[in-house]
Amino acid sequence: MDTLILSRIQFGANISFHILFPTITIALGWVLLFFKLRFSMTGNTKWMEAYRFWVKVFALSFAMGVVSGITMSFQFGTNWPGFMEAVGNIAGPLLAYEVLTAFFLEAVFLGIMLFGFSKVPGWLHTTATFLVAFGTTMSAFWILVLNSWMHTPAGFEMRDGVAHATDWFAIIFNPSMPYRLAHMLLASGLTVAFLIAGLSAYRWLIGDRSDGVRATLRTGLTIGALLIPVQIFMGDLHGLNTLEHQPQKVAAMEGNWETGTNIPLVLFAIPDEEARENRMEIAIPNGASLILTHSTDGIVPGLNNFVAEDGTVLHPPVAPVFYSFRIMVGTGMAMLLLSWAGIGLMMYKRRGVEGLPKPLLYILVPMAFSGWVATLAGWYTTEIGRQPWLVQGVLTTKQAVADVPAPFVASTLIAFLVIYVVLLTAYIGVLFYLARKAAKGEPIGTRVPQSQQAMVPAE
Amino acid sequence: MYTFGDPALWLPIVFAALMGLSILIYVVLDGFDLGVGVLFPFATPDEKDRMIASIGPFWDANETWLVLAIGLLLVAFPAAHGTILTALYLPVAIMLIGLILRGVAFEFRAKAPTNHKASWNFAFFTGSMMTSLSQGFMLGMYIMGLEYTWATFAFACLTAVFLTVGYSFIGATWLIIKTDEELQLKAVKWAKGGIWGLVLGLGAISLASPIVSSRIFDKWFSFPEAILLAPLPLMSGALVVLVWLALKRLPTKDDSWAWFPFAASVVLFTLAFFGLAYSFYPYVVPEKLTIYEAASAPESLFIILIGTCFVLPTIIAYTALAYTVFRGKATELTYD
Ligand code: HDD
Ligand code: HEM
Ligand code: HEM
Repeated sequence: MDTLILSRIQFGANISFHILFPTITIALGWVLLFFKLRFSMTGNTKWMEAYRFWVKVFALSFAMGVVSGITMSFQFGTNWPGFMEAVGNIAGPLLAYEVLTAFFLEAVFLGIMLFGFSKVPGWLHTTATFLVAFGTTMSAFWILVLNSWMHTPAGFEMRDGVAHATDWFAIIFNPSMPYRLAHMLLASGLTVAFLIAGLSAYRWLIGDRSDGVRATLRTGLTIGALLIPVQIFMGDLHGLNTLEHQPQKVAAMEGNWETGTNIPLVLFAIPDEEARENRMEIAIPNGASLILTHSTDGIVPGLNNFVAEDGTVLHPPVAPVFYSFRIMVGTGMAMLLLSWAGIGLMMYKRRGVEGLPKPLLYILVPMAFSGWVATLAGWYTTEIGRQPWLVQGVLTTKQAVADVPAPFVASTLIAFLVIYVVLLTAYIGVLFYLARKAAKGEPIGTRVPQSQQAMVPAE
Repeated sequence: MYTFGDPALWLPIVFAALMGLSILIYVVLDGFDLGVGVLFPFATPDEKDRMIASIGPFWDANETWLVLAIGLLLVAFPAAHGTILTALYLPVAIMLIGLILRGVAFEFRAKAPTNHKASWNFAFFTGSMMTSLSQGFMLGMYIMGLEYTWATFAFACLTAVFLTVGYSFIGATWLIIKTDEELQLKAVKWAKGGIWGLVLGLGAISLASPIVSSRIFDKWFSFPEAILLAPLPLMSGALVVLVWLALKRLPTKDDSWAWFPFAASVVLFTLAFFGLAYSFYPYVVPEKLTIYEAASAPESLFIILIGTCFVLPTIIAYTALAYTVFRGKATELTYD
């Protein structure tokens, strides 16, 4: 394999690993603030219990997010030097503002939020919690501005192959930014909702009947049930926006080869890029036209429009975009079904969490990580759908790649992958371990120095 | 035409200074918490917890200075950014893996099942070592002009060891402030062991730089510039002697002067840094690319500068707040 493909795999692996944790911390910060405020208002200790448990998950996720994020910021230089050389005048200030307005804020106040509970007044602790949540959201804002700009560049001009900013307002509020930001923030909310519901269901199933677990199970399901319809609506808007700016991506998402009217909505198929057709297609007549143009005989672009005279393919690889889009939407549908079923049953039986049947709880446990699946699938759709461009219409991925020997990239890629597998296993393991510990009623916020209660293993 | 003169002339200097400042802050701040990690194997399990507690609330913000430094390199000198980082591809990767290991080990060692704790302690130590060694290696390579030959490689390996020992020294001086009793005594001992790393490191770099580059040689040994430079080695030497004397008397009964070795090592790092900055100016890629040639467009730099003027003081203020909240001897870390 050559440096280009290896670098792409490496970047994809690193950012996929990174995004897992921001997705959790962005929304979990706000949920923690919610728990804290509920506790201050009601004085009910179940909210404090919920806070205590989830702040641990937050701390762990945050650390994973920080270290993988540092990797990201070096990747530009080590693997994609062409990126900064060409569009550094635009990407640079955006990244700088992210560091200045977001990273420092969250990193500094995290210390106070985690360890300052008994050292600072209550209001300062709550403020610190707020600032951490605000900081993570700000960093999502800046990075998504940059990412959206890469998909729908605006507010710049090219001089000697280098992009120069002409209008910062147009750069920041580029055409796809509002959709992408909203979609991502909602994705983060959903990920956290199902993580909370899933881990709480797990605690419930192994016998935890504390008020804390009831509160979190209900909170998780409620947030999920509220956000998922909004997300589906936003997703639709996002798709329409993409249709306008990156029609070749939508054509790949829909698996549609020929431009035309009355295009069916393909539910499943095996896209065959050699033959330029779908095999084993299952489709709803007129569906795609209806969804994308809101009329059954609307025109939907096809992939064959994006092949040059000489046969050069100008659209992204079809199969990965097509499949990952279906995985995301499928997961979204599963979320809708489950969270509404859960809330419906609770309201119908009027017994709160007790009203949830066991099978539902059993399904909720693996759904704890459904948000990750949907988020990754969504990003693969978006990013692979932009290929061969790195910055749509401005810079191709190939132009940006570094001139380092392929074995270097390959060896570091393997090292990163090994670390990621180990850490991901450890992370998920520890979440369930913490849940079991909490379910057994073991105090999770211990006052004993950590190693005295440990059975100090021989070192 | 311009109120403050031509921005294409002074903006690169301002950004080089900002980048230098954040590298310096990073080296001092993350230096002490990396150093604490390097010292890990010498401590008992109980002491390990206290050592972690002494850096727990700070390490994340400390590392953010690295992100800022690399961010400034990337935004202000995009051309240099690519050249430097691709030349340092492997050490950067090793550093990143080290940073990943130690960052997560912080959390895992306290949250994972207790029989895994020893492994996470080991990961914390290994990560700190990988990070320090690779940073030292990169420093050496940079001084050698980013050219790979056996000699430059050997020199970079030397600076790798010296910087690691130097970090363990500043880490030990931090522990002298933040701990008491047994552990403080140990920290004094560690500091005495670590200071040679700094001295030898500074010596090696001072010897090697003028040999490698005739430009640096001229800068150092031609009259009258030499007079300008003379205070640097003299002050450093005096400080090392003072630190040594202080370490012999520490810890004192009322804990007075516990801050001195740390403060002195901050000054030492700063002096060394200025020495380097003086030698390399105006180059950002040694002998190849000056800050003027590598700078990005003035409009973009302006946008960042304006933000920086407002945000940097704020960052410094709330960083100070955090250090005030967690001042005093480190107690065990809990979430309540
Ligand atoms: C939608 C959200 C999102 C996306 C798409 C990204 N990040 Fe991120 N990042 C965050 C949201 C986030 C966050 C939630 O704000 C984190 C997680 C934990 C933290 O400290 O901030 C973070 C951490 C984080 C850090 C560590 C900050 C620190 O030291 O505190 C760095 C350097 C980056 N990111 C850099 C990047 C780069 C270069 C990305 C893309 C190429 C990227 N992130 C994608
Ligand atoms: C955080 C969520 C993100 C995920 C999961 C993600 C995922 C991916 C994937 C899988 C690719 C590879 C596409 C391919 O090779 O076919 C890619 C490409 C790329 N993305 Fe993203 N991306 C994310 C966000 C971003 C952001 C915010 C930026 C901008 C700073 C960005 C910049 C890039 C670059 C530079 C490439 C080029 C390398 C390549 O094409 O492989 N990505 N991304
Ligand atoms: C079921 C209804 C959904 C629809 C119709 C939908 C629609 C879309 C579309 C069209 C894109 C591609 C945007 C582009 O072309 O650039 C996308 C991306 C994405 N989706 Fe969804 N989505 C849905 C559900 C979800 C769910 C449930 C999640 C996560 C919990 C999610 C997370 C994402 C993410 C993270 C991205 C990439 C970031 C972005 O481009 O905004 N989506 N979605």
